[in-house]
Amino acid sequence: MTHDHVPDTVENAAATPEKDQPFHLLGLKPDEYQRIRDILGRRPTSGELAMYSVMWSEHCSYKSSKVHLRQFGKKVTPDMTKHLMVGMGENAGVVDIGEGWAVTFKIESHNHPSYIEPFQGAATGVGGIVRDIISMGARPVAVMDALRFGAIDHPDTNRVVGGVVSGISFYGNCLGLPNIGGETWFDPVYQANPLVNALAVGALRHENLHLANAKGVGNLVVLFGARTGGDGIGGASILASDTFAEGGPTKRPAVQVGDPFAEKVLIECCLELFAGDCVEGIQDLGAAGISCATSELASNGDGGMHITLDNVLLRDPTLTAEEILMSESQERMMAIVRPEKLDAFLAVTTKWDVEASVLGEVTDSGRLIIEWKGQTIVDVDPTTVAIDGPVYERPMEYPAWLDALQADSPSKFARETEGEALTKQFLAILGSPNEADTDWITNQYDYYVMGNTALHTPDGAGMIRIDEESGLGVALATDANGRYCQLDPYVGAQLALVESYRNVATSGATPLAVSDCLNFGSPENPEVMWQFARAVEGLADGCLELGIPVTGGNVSFYNQTGDQPIHPTPVVAVMGSIDNVARRLPSGWQDEGENIYLLGVTADELGGSAWAGVVHDHLGGVPPRVDFGAEKALAGLLGAAAHEGMVTSAIDLGTGGFLRAVADGVLRFGVGARVWLDEIVSRDGVDTTAALFSETQARAIVTVAREDDVKFRGLCDGRGVPVLRVGVTDRESRALSVQGLFDIPLDTLRGTHRGTLPAHFGAVVGG
Amino acid sequence: MRVGVITFPGSLDDRDALRAITLAGGEAVSLWHGEHDLQGVDAIVLPGGFSYGDYLRCGAIAAHSPIMSEVIDAANKGMPVLGICNGFQVLVEAHLLAGGLIRNDHGTFIRRDQKLRVENVDTAWTNKYSVGQEIVIPLKNGEGGFIADEETLDRLEGDGLVAFRYVDVNPNGSLRDIAGLRNARGNVVGLMPHPEHAVEPGFGPDMPEAMSSGTDGLAMFQSVLAATVLS
Repeated sequence: MTHDHVPDTVENAAATPEKDQPFHLLGLKPDEYQRIRDILGRRPTSGELAMYSVMWSEHCSYKSSKVHLRQFGKKVTPDMTKHLMVGMGENAGVVDIGEGWAVTFKIESHNHPSYIEPFQGAATGVGGIVRDIISMGARPVAVMDALRFGAIDHPDTNRVVGGVVSGISFYGNCLGLPNIGGETWFDPVYQANPLVNALAVGALRHENLHLANAKGVGNLVVLFGARTGGDGIGGASILASDTFAEGGPTKRPAVQVGDPFAEKVLIECCLELFAGDCVEGIQDLGAAGISCATSELASNGDGGMHITLDNVLLRDPTLTAEEILMSESQERMMAIVRPEKLDAFLAVTTKWDVEASVLGEVTDSGRLIIEWKGQTIVDVDPTTVAIDGPVYERPMEYPAWLDALQADSPSKFARETEGEALTKQFLAILGSPNEADTDWITNQYDYYVMGNTALHTPDGAGMIRIDEESGLGVALATDANGRYCQLDPYVGAQLALVESYRNVATSGATPLAVSDCLNFGSPENPEVMWQFARAVEGLADGCLELGIPVTGGNVSFYNQTGDQPIHPTPVVAVMGSIDNVARRLPSGWQDEGENIYLLGVTADELGGSAWAGVVHDHLGGVPPRVDFGAEKALAGLLGAAAHEGMVTSAIDLGTGGFLRAVADGVLRFGVGARVWLDEIVSRDGVDTTAALFSETQARAIVTVAREDDVKFRGLCDGRGVPVLRVGVTDRESRALSVQGLFDIPLDTLRGTHRGTLPAHFGAVVGG
Repeated sequence: MRVGVITFPGSLDDRDALRAITLAGGEAVSLWHGEHDLQGVDAIVLPGGFSYGDYLRCGAIAAHSPIMSEVIDAANKGMPVLGICNGFQVLVEAHLLAGGLIRNDHGTFIRRDQKLRVENVDTAWTNKYSVGQEIVIPLKNGEGGFIADEETLDRLEGDGLVAFRYVDVNPNGSLRDIAGLRNARGNVVGLMPHPEHAVEPGFGPDMPEAMSSGTDGLAMFQSVLAATVLS
C-alpha cells in the first residue's frame, strides 16, 4: 500500500479531491472507485478506501454471484423452511432438529491461501469456519473438509497435500473438534489451484441463538481474542479475488497465520459469555477484519457506530490505521455488550486469559465513524460498505467446446466381458487416486474427541450425537464431482446434491438442509459465468425438488491458473437428523450369511465415470441422469429401515458404481461377499460393464439379516423402491466373488485400495 | 468416590474424561487450572489436549500451573493420579513419572485404534485388568515418542514400572514400546493412548464383534473406584 504515515482524515480528503489514490492496487475497478466518490460526495480517505476495497471485493461482496444466488431464497416452499431458524445471509444457517436443539453448519473455501502457504492456508480455513459457528451462539461439535489437489504424481502435489493435511490436522486437532469426514480428489485441473473447503457444524439450545447485529444505542463495541497484527493484510481483496498468474510474485504476506490454542480458548470463552447472557450481538472477524465486522454489525443493527481505532490492541504498534482496518489476524471476535454487563463480560474474558478492549459504541446516526489519533478517518454509511456494494450481471456464454465434449461419449470404447480383464479394470479403479483409501490423510485427524462420534471416515457420512440423553444426532456429507460438472454444470450440481443427500440417507438420517461452497474459475470469463449460473440454477431447482433448503454457503471464484479454469466444483454439504444415533447404519458388513440387496435400477451411464476416467483416461459424454422422485423414495426407505432396525448396513452407490460399493462393504470390516449380476443384467437390460461400473443414481446396497427378508422386501414394495437380491456376505471366503467372472482375495483388494496414497506421500503408521 | 478432572486452557478431552468417570460409576468433578482447591476429590485425571498451547514443550507450562502444586503434593501423599496423553506429558514434566515424550518418529500426528498390553496391575488405575491382557484403546498424538536413557529404561523395567506397552505396532517410536508408566507407589499412572475414548458402546474403537463397540478403557476408571489411597 502506498500511503503516508500521517493519517488521511475526512477533512483532508475533502480538501484534496485531486489526490491520486491506488485503488487499482487494492483490486477496485475505476468505475467502482468513482462510485465510492459519488457515495461520499468526495474522495475516500485512505482508511475508507481500504474498507470499501475489501468489502467490495468479490470474496466479501458476492458482486458477480449475487444475482444468481437469489434463487436459493426464491425457490423455496413454506414446507422447506419450517425447520429453518436462521436462513441465508447470517454467518451460518440454523436448523431446528427438535427436542429444543438447533444445529448450525456451513462450508467455506480457503483455496488461494492454501496454494501459497498450504499449512497456514488450510489451518486458518478451519479456524475461520469454526468462528462462524461460534458467532451463532453454538458450540462447534465437528469439522469436515472437501479437498481437491492436482495430479497425484505431479512434483508439487506432495507439497500441497502435505501442507494442507497437516494444517487441517494441526488446527482441528488442537481445537478438539472431531474431523468426521469429507472427500479428496486429485485432478490436474487443480494443480496450481487446490481447493480447501472446510465445514464446521455446531449445536445450540434454541434460546442461545445469537446474531450479528449492533442494536441498542449506547451499547459497547468490544473487540476480544487475539491481538491485531500485520498478517492477512488485504487477503480478501488481493488474494481471494485475483487470479494467480504463472510466475507472478508470491503473495505470502497476505496469508493469515493461525493459533488454534487461542481459538480453543476463544470458543470456551464465548460459550461462557453466551451462558452468562453477556452478549447482545456478535460477529467473528474473518475476511476484511474490523472493516467487515464494524460495517456489518452496524448495517444489521441500529445503523450507526462510533469507534476509536486507537483502542485496538496491537501485536505490532507500527501498524497504520488502514492496516488495522484491513488486517485479517485470526482468532478475534467483536461483541456488542450492554454497559451494565461489561464487568461481567470482562470477568469471563479475564478468566480465560483473553484480551478485550472497548472500541466504541452503537449509535443511531446512520454513520460508521472511526477515529484515529483524535481525528476522523472514516465517516461512511455502513450499508454502502457492507450491503449495497456493486452487483454485476456478468456476461455469460455457452462454452464453445461443450457440444463436442458431450458428443464424445464413452460408448465408443469396447466393453470387456472376460473375468480377467474386468478384474484388471476393477482393481485399477479401486486403486485410482480418487477411489483409493484416504487413511494416509484421515489418520492424521482426531475423530474421537468429544466422545460423540457415531460415524466417521470411511463411512459415507459423518454422524455426531448431539443429545447424550436421547441420542438425538446429526449426519453430514459433502460431495462434488467436477468431472460431471464439466460435462453439464446444471446436472453436475444436482448430482453433487443427490449424492450428498443419499450419503446422509444411507447413514439412517433424514436429510434436512444444505450448505454449499461453489468453486469456479474467473467470473470475468463468460463461459465460466455460464457454468456458474447453470450450476446455481441446478442446485436451486434440485433443492426445491428434494424439499430441503440452502441455509448458507460461500462462493469462490478465480480458481484458475492463467486462463485455465478448474472444473466447476460446487461442493454440496447436506445435513440430516436422526432420533437416536444408536440406529445408524454401518457402511460395511459385520455378519456372516446376510443377504445383499441392490436398491434402485441400473442404466448404462458411464459418461464422466470413474471407469471412463481410469480405464480409458476419458472425460466426455453426458453425466448420469438425476431422478429426484427415486432419490426421495430411496431416502425414505432407508430412514424407515434404519428406524425399524431392518437393515444391518447401507452403502450409497456413487463413483465407480456397483462393484465399487460392494468393495466398500467388504473392506470396511473385512467380511467378504459373493455377488451375482444376472438379475441386474436381465431386469435392467444392461451389459456386464454397466452392471459393474455404471454410475446410475438413486441406488444403494443394503444387507438384511435372513429373518427380516420378507419384511424388508415388503417395505421396498410398499415404498415403490425396486429391489434385487444380488449377493450374500461370506466371512469365511475372505474374498469378493462375482459369480461367473472372478474372485478377488480380500488382501488383494485391501492392498490395492490402501497402497496408492502411501506410495506417493509416505507410509501409513501400522500399514 | 469423587474423581476430579483438571481443565487447563487448551484441554480437549476433559469432558470425555468426566463422562468416563460417570460411566464407571464415580462422581466426576471439574477442577480449574488456576485454582489451588482440589475440592476434596479422592483421585485426579489430567486429560488430553494441548495445555497452554503446548508452547515451549508439551505439558511443560501446565506442570507449573497453580493447581499442579496441589496435585504434586497429593500424589506424593498417595492420591491416585492418571495422566492421559497431554496429562502424561504433564506428569513427566512434573517429575511424577520418569522419562520424556518427543515428536513421533514419523513426524506426523497419528490417530489409530491401538493395541496395548497391560504390563502391571498393581496400581490404582490398572487393578481391574489382568497382567498380559491385551486391550484396544484409541491413540492420537503428535508427540508421543517415549524416551529415557538406557539406565532409566532398565530401572523402569526392573522395578515393574512399565504399565502399558504397544503391541503389533509401535505408533510413535517409543523406546521399548512403552505406552504408559506407573510410579513406584502405584498411585500415579500415565499413558499416551486415550482410555476415555473406549468407555461407551457405539463411540469406541471398532472391535471384531461390532463397529465402535470397544470399551476396554472403562476398567481404568473402574480400577480407581476400587482403589483406596495407596501407601
